[in-house]
Amino acid sequence: MKFLQKDETLCIQCHACEDICAQTYFKSSDREKASIKIYDYTERGELINVCSQCGECIDICPELAIYRAKNGVVMIDKRKCVGCLMCAGFCPTFSMRIHSEFLEPFKCIACGLCSKQCPTKAIEVKSIG
Amino acid sequence: MNMTSIENRAEKIRNAHKLLKRFEYKPQEVQRGYANKTLYINISDNTIEAKEVAEEIKEKFVGGKGFGLWYLWNAVKSTTKWDDPENEIVISPGPIGGITQYPGAGKSLVVSLSPITGSVMDSNVGGHFGPLMKFSGWDALEIQGKAQRDIIIFIDGNEGIVEIYEAPLESVNSHILAEELTEIFAKSEEDKRNVSIVSAGEAAEHTLFGVLSFSFYDKRKKVQRLKQAGRGGIGTVFRNKKIKAIVVRYKGVTGNSNNAADVNKIKELGLKLHKEIRNFDKEQCRMREIGTAHLVEIMNDYDLLPVNNFKFGSHKDAHKIDSKVLVKKVVQGSPDGCWHGCSMSCAKAAKDYELKSGPYKGHKVVVDGPEYETVAGVGSNCGIFDPDYIMECNFYCDTYGIDTISFGTTMAFLMECYEKNIINKDITGGIELNFGNADAAMEVLHQMAKGEGFGKIAGMGVRRLKKLFIEEYGADPKFVNDIGMEVKGLEYSQYVSKESLAQQGGYALANKGPQHDEAWLIFMDMVNNQIPTFEDKAEALHYFPVFRTWFGLNGLCKLPWNDIEPEDNHTTDEPAKVPEHVDNYVQLFNSVTGKSIDKEAMFLQSERVYNFQRVFNLKMGYGTRKDDIPPYRSMGPVTEEEYLSREDRYDKQLKNLLGLEPEGMSTEEKIEALREYKYTQYEKLVDAVYKRRGWTEDGVPSVELMKKLGMDFPEVIKVIEEHQKGGFR
Repeated sequence: MKFLQKDETLCIQCHACEDICAQTYFKSSDREKASIKIYDYTERGELINVCSQCGECIDICPELAIYRAKNGVVMIDKRKCVGCLMCAGFCPTFSMRIHSEFLEPFKCIACGLCSKQCPTKAIEVKSIG
Repeated sequence: MNMTSIENRAEKIRNAHKLLKRFEYKPQEVQRGYANKTLYINISDNTIEAKEVAEEIKEKFVGGKGFGLWYLWNAVKSTTKWDDPENEIVISPGPIGGITQYPGAGKSLVVSLSPITGSVMDSNVGGHFGPLMKFSGWDALEIQGKAQRDIIIFIDGNEGIVEIYEAPLESVNSHILAEELTEIFAKSEEDKRNVSIVSAGEAAEHTLFGVLSFSFYDKRKKVQRLKQAGRGGIGTVFRNKKIKAIVVRYKGVTGNSNNAADVNKIKELGLKLHKEIRNFDKEQCRMREIGTAHLVEIMNDYDLLPVNNFKFGSHKDAHKIDSKVLVKKVVQGSPDGCWHGCSMSCAKAAKDYELKSGPYKGHKVVVDGPEYETVAGVGSNCGIFDPDYIMECNFYCDTYGIDTISFGTTMAFLMECYEKNIINKDITGGIELNFGNADAAMEVLHQMAKGEGFGKIAGMGVRRLKKLFIEEYGADPKFVNDIGMEVKGLEYSQYVSKESLAQQGGYALANKGPQHDEAWLIFMDMVNNQIPTFEDKAEALHYFPVFRTWFGLNGLCKLPWNDIEPEDNHTTDEPAKVPEHVDNYVQLFNSVTGKSIDKEAMFLQSERVYNFQRVFNLKMGYGTRKDDIPPYRSMGPVTEEEYLSREDRYDKQLKNLLGLEPEGMSTEEKIEALREYKYTQYEKLVDAVYKRRGWTEDGVPSVELMKKLGMDFPEVIKVIEEHQKGGFR
């Protein structure tokens, strides 16, 4: 299973990960469109929020729109998604991302582009199993 | 059923369809929650028409049940009977209906003249039909007339087609019919999720308490699941009109099919409630785990679970049918919502349940439920504590099209009559209808489907059975009227209200008959003593029935209002009202429609429709004080057996409330004294409630009230004035 491993002690909050993610998937400089989120630590007690690919949302989704791809990454099939946001509400780490311009949620697919941009190696793609 | 056989059968069924009428329209997008058109179909002459929805009607009736009541009011005369062609079945989801982010937003409201009450009936139901119908372009569907032979109606919301077919070969029973029609009308396996079906069943033809089933396609179990518009016999009207099914197909539901004014606010509110349910449902109502059946043990503990026709409120064997038992039978790890985005997910099902009786004996089927009302109704209230019987009875009631609540309450009444020798084996055709006899109850149910034997008699419901037993079998009218648990002709739903005066009113004053969807005040009244005075109770019986009406105007389910509560709800001024959730609903309405209501305007929307429904009852010859009187079984002990079972409690009441000394009294004297007291209290309650609601002493909304509410339509005022001229009826 591929997932993005984080080490918050190394994060310098440069937001480069958010920028590359939003640019790659939405051609946008709006960091709110990134599937990884860098918080101010005082905001919620964590710096880096990103999907762990745990897959709880797969069972929550009534539309069977969320599935685990062959590489182990949890994916959303937008054609089936009706934007109910149950996956977002029930995500144990609240890593399903929502944006005012989109009806459907979106999420990290562990592509690793952000880790290549990260100057401190605070995020790295790992494979287990 | 293997795929080949269903495919072959579907082809035969389709080949036998005869197109009677085809109507084409250009599907328009829904705007701010409204399609702004309704679909009128007359199946006597196969007329199909689109009607515009006037702004005034949206303003005054909102949608859902409000639309249903308005269209039915215009369709029927005061002399119209339920089986006259001019009676309509109106289905409408309401403006919020169909949003996918906020739990409980897929309800359809069904309105018709009821076979069992003779007056106007409303019933709410989940499933996908209502929202898919709206997204197909229709805020409401009005069906009038009667077909000559069995028909189905098909709405294709993508193609813009409405068709009426003569349909001779489909099964009538819902679990098979839904499978057949899904196979016929879905364009592919993947398309099955876009098809929803309304149907009744064989027993709906032969009884007066037939239900309508509304389906939703369960993508995990790959089967159409059935939710019921249960109360008041609208399924019976459906089959009387010779409708086998209404099918809608609409592909393309998105997170904003309603084209809401502010979809991001809806997303925000929905996400907040999803999180509340995720965090607190496990410790609050366990809806995701077991659904409403979690109530069985709670009601038993508080002496509120009906046992043996509401004689008692608890039983030593209740643990055999409580949620700990049922959870093992039904859930199989999947909480289900009956519309997209319902994370409350109270729907439950058992798969591969092997039937032990009836025409489908040996079949492995999906059983939807059981819900609390069914467990208590067909189970404890009939003295039956067998979970397998409850599952089997639930399945057959659903597929035959029978209301489990009315079935349970009617069977319980018959069982008591049987044990009291009012009826015997000669009358039942050899069936031994003692409390606890599950096989006997099941036999009566199968007879209802066949329309034969004692089942046909039982299917008339409690009010007509009382009359029959008094007139034909010499039953004591006082006793039979005391134990026959109906008001307005509708059978009671499953709570013992003996110790809650407010709930006695909640049941007996309810517009359509004794159903708990108007008011459930037992804990406020009896357990927490929050509404001690008549005025307090009257205030609760004003606020809650009116407030709860709002869900039915908008296509919403009541459960996510107060079966999940915010963490700090108990610290608010009025926790019973769940203020934060009320605020959510105000914002949801505004976010969908773009209007700007507040809590007061929200209440006014409901108050308008609530009072209109009361006047509708009046128009049909009901809706006055004489129609609001409960049977004594719902208020206190009718028999010595009942009195003695709670002797300490009742003796204390005689002493503390009436100042009597029970020691010197016979049980019969004690029963009579308590009875007189309880009815006096009830009359005082009714006076207080009518006054608070702005009704006359005879329970009629005053002309002034209707003017104040803006509901002074000339024909409405005329009904009130005609009643006033005639004085007390």
